[in-house]
Amino acid sequence: MSDNNLGSNEPMEPGDAAHARNQSPKRVIGTPEQGGRLLATAESEPAPHGAGAELDEAAAKRAERIVALFFLLAALGSVGFIAAYVWSGQQGPNGMHGIEDARASNYALGVAMTVAMLAMAIGVTIWVRRLMTSKQIVQQRGPLRSDEETRAEFEAAFLEGAGDSAVTKRPLLRRTLLLAAAPLGLAPLVLLRDLGPLPEKRLRHTFWGPAVTEAKKHGKQGVRLVVDGAPTQALKVSDFATPGSMITVLPEGIEESHHALNEIAKAVTILINVPADKFKPVKGRENWHVGGIVAYSKICTHVGCPAALYEQTTHHILCPCHQSTFDATDGAKVIFGPAARPLPQLPLSVDKEGYLIATDDFPEPIGPSFWERG
Amino acid sequence: MSTSTTGAAAPKAVSGPLNFIDDRLGSTTFFRRNMKKVFPDHWSFMLGEIALYSFIILLLTGTFLTLWFQPSMHEVVYEGSYTKLNGVKMSEAYASTLHISFDVRGGLLMRQMHHWAAILFMIAIVVHMLRVFFTGAYRKPRELNWLIGIGLFTLGMVEGLFGYSLPDDLLSGTGLRITQGVAESIPVVGTYLYMFLFGGEFPHGTNGEIIPRLFTLHVLLIPGIILALVTAHMMIMWHQKHTQMPGPGRTNDNVVGYPFYPVFMAKTGAYFLFTFGVIALLATFAQINPIWLFGPYDPGAISAGSQPDWYMGVLEGSLRIMPNWETTAFGHTISWNVLVPALGPLGIIFTGAALWPFIEQWVTGDKRWHHTVERPRNAPVRTGVGMAAVTFYGMLWLAGGNDVIAEKFHVSLFATTWFFRFAVFIGPVLAYIITKRICLGLQRSDAATMHHGVEAGVIIMSPEGGFSEKHEPANEQERAVILSKENRTPALPATEKDGIPAPGSKGPLGHLRARLHRYWAIDDIPVEAHDDHHEAEEVEEGKSGRKELTH
Repeated sequence: MSDNNLGSNEPMEPGDAAHARNQSPKRVIGTPEQGGRLLATAESEPAPHGAGAELDEAAAKRAERIVALFFLLAALGSVGFIAAYVWSGQQGPNGMHGIEDARASNYALGVAMTVAMLAMAIGVTIWVRRLMTSKQIVQQRGPLRSDEETRAEFEAAFLEGAGDSAVTKRPLLRRTLLLAAAPLGLAPLVLLRDLGPLPEKRLRHTFWGPAVTEAKKHGKQGVRLVVDGAPTQALKVSDFATPGSMITVLPEGIEESHHALNEIAKAVTILINVPADKFKPVKGRENWHVGGIVAYSKICTHVGCPAALYEQTTHHILCPCHQSTFDATDGAKVIFGPAARPLPQLPLSVDKEGYLIATDDFPEPIGPSFWERG
Repeated sequence: MSTSTTGAAAPKAVSGPLNFIDDRLGSTTFFRRNMKKVFPDHWSFMLGEIALYSFIILLLTGTFLTLWFQPSMHEVVYEGSYTKLNGVKMSEAYASTLHISFDVRGGLLMRQMHHWAAILFMIAIVVHMLRVFFTGAYRKPRELNWLIGIGLFTLGMVEGLFGYSLPDDLLSGTGLRITQGVAESIPVVGTYLYMFLFGGEFPHGTNGEIIPRLFTLHVLLIPGIILALVTAHMMIMWHQKHTQMPGPGRTNDNVVGYPFYPVFMAKTGAYFLFTFGVIALLATFAQINPIWLFGPYDPGAISAGSQPDWYMGVLEGSLRIMPNWETTAFGHTISWNVLVPALGPLGIIFTGAALWPFIEQWVTGDKRWHHTVERPRNAPVRTGVGMAAVTFYGMLWLAGGNDVIAEKFHVSLFATTWFFRFAVFIGPVLAYIITKRICLGLQRSDAATMHHGVEAGVIIMSPEGGFSEKHEPANEQERAVILSKENRTPALPATEKDGIPAPGSKGPLGHLRARLHRYWAIDDIPVEAHDDHHEAEEVEEGKSGRKELTH
């Protein structure tokens, strides 16, 4: 205990630490090193070899050579990058071509760039640690706050300026200026009005509505269903006879509609063939299905992801975004998850030629809830 | 100009330009005053630098990408070198992203570097903020920089969301769809916001507005604000001088470290190169956002296991575990199931973080300037609250991957949801209690170290045959760090002169303040220097018994 030379308040020199450590009793393997347990020990010597000390010329020369080696490597990396770029251009008629070339080029360019950057970084780091002779220094912090005199002088000057400007003495001036400024701030906001149309009733209808109306005008009972991705292929009941299957359907003619993508985003519907013995039609919708074939909006009533997963054994419809789960056999009512409302159901029927048809729009707005929904 | 104290003249190539500027700006006064500015060293001070350098890399790679990217929703039929998508209808934005990836040399590398840098930027900000929080580096006079930091993190989230929405692939379209759903849930103005954001209905609006709009926000407005805030952040840091870790010779009135020129300059330069190199390495070998595998956006399609970038995970998780509450009354609907998770958790975390320095000041009554940081253990309440917040955030974040967790660990998806519904509330409380206990344990350990010294690793056999370990006083470094603790006494000056209650201690708010003040320091373990070092083995106090538990 008596051999400690610590306890002074002077900043510790790196040399002292080594000195103190040498003098302490030998450490038994497996026991904590004295003083090595705290996080702050390493920081007292960030540039241990160079900092403040006389450099050993031989060691310094060695360090210089190592640094130079890394810098050369970095230069090679940069040259390699240029070479890789030129090489990437050799492959296709207009430079790169396709996924294989892109991958090879990415490796070549990336490795060269990584080598250039990291080699230079390592070189500079060794340079700082082995060759820089800057000493650790102590600087005093001045007060951040201005002194009282300055504050008082400023206050006086401020009040004097306010007085000189007459703004304090002339309320009419002041008030009309405020009046002038207020609409000036509001005016630019008006410019944002044309960012988009007003919501109106847009969120209440889908393309199924006008499509059914159009079909009925032509003496049909409703609009036919086409499979998503095959816009010309209307779906027959016999095409969809396997219980347990699910497909995505759209109203016929939606691809030709104005703003087709927006219409598809609202009208997209899932068609499920629920085994007839499992199916429990919702009251008042007894004739909305065709032998267990039932249609629900694909847009989740939570935040609008497509509820695209269908589990054949449980007849659950699952939205993969936030796991809202709906029961296909029971009017798509919510079984689990954050969605509050069932997926809206589309009234289905079958026309004389055996095609599946929708006889009306969804009875309620599809997708996420909104303030005006009610 | 003279650059050296030895009187040697600087080479003409250096002095020429410097004199030119100085003649016009008087800049040499500034340079002379600042070139030797001290930067204290600690590994944790480099975290903010990672964020800064990632941001620079984002600007560089992002500019490169804009040279080819077409921010347009105009529909085209792809005919290009990614033959698997030939003949597929897609937006110009998506097609040009394919072009950058497969036909522009270095394009894929730059795209992947851009994305990795964004992820690293956000990680570095979070870890940097945790460092600042847990060491109390936000305390007066640095509250402003703390607030700027919170602003930067928020902007970074929005910037990231907009950025990964730009390629108009299946994943980014799904992100926008969720954004639309969240916008719709906002009471009164929700549908208007939605229409104004998209220029009409999702996704195409009236004329494909959303992608060009997001592009402008992503490449001009938000980065401009971020750049301005980063500049302010750096200037304030420079002006106030960096905080330092406690250590020998370090006081609240000085800064100990190496000079900016040349040491810190070289180190930070190397650090930029390291950051650049690591991002390049990731972009070379770790594929990120392979949009060609997701395909172009199709409003009817989705892939299972859709995950946003990590920093949006907390929102995703909140949305997932929220119960399905919705209120409809008087012809209006409020979707608590969307509104609460979208605004609640991040609102609590950001508002809480922004107010925290001021709440702490109010509770502790501590209005002093702090330039030496505090060790987390020495402020157990702060550290506990911080860990509670980390747990809250972490649980929500993990909940954002509940489907992945359910799949990987073969548990029911619904079970994971229920687990997180509880964990998000119980976890933070547990974290607070445990963290506070650990802090107090570490304080006891410090007190014991000061009292008895540290184990020397030397076993001594006494004449009676008993074995004991020799203890030695802690070395100076350790002593300085331990003694940086400010012992607290839980007493607010409740009365002013003549027994009149102090103005701040009256009323319910005053009582709350007094209670919190007491709570802040109630179980503080005093740590004091003992100049008379007694041998540990001789002393058998209650404290040394408890000390065992803390190691």
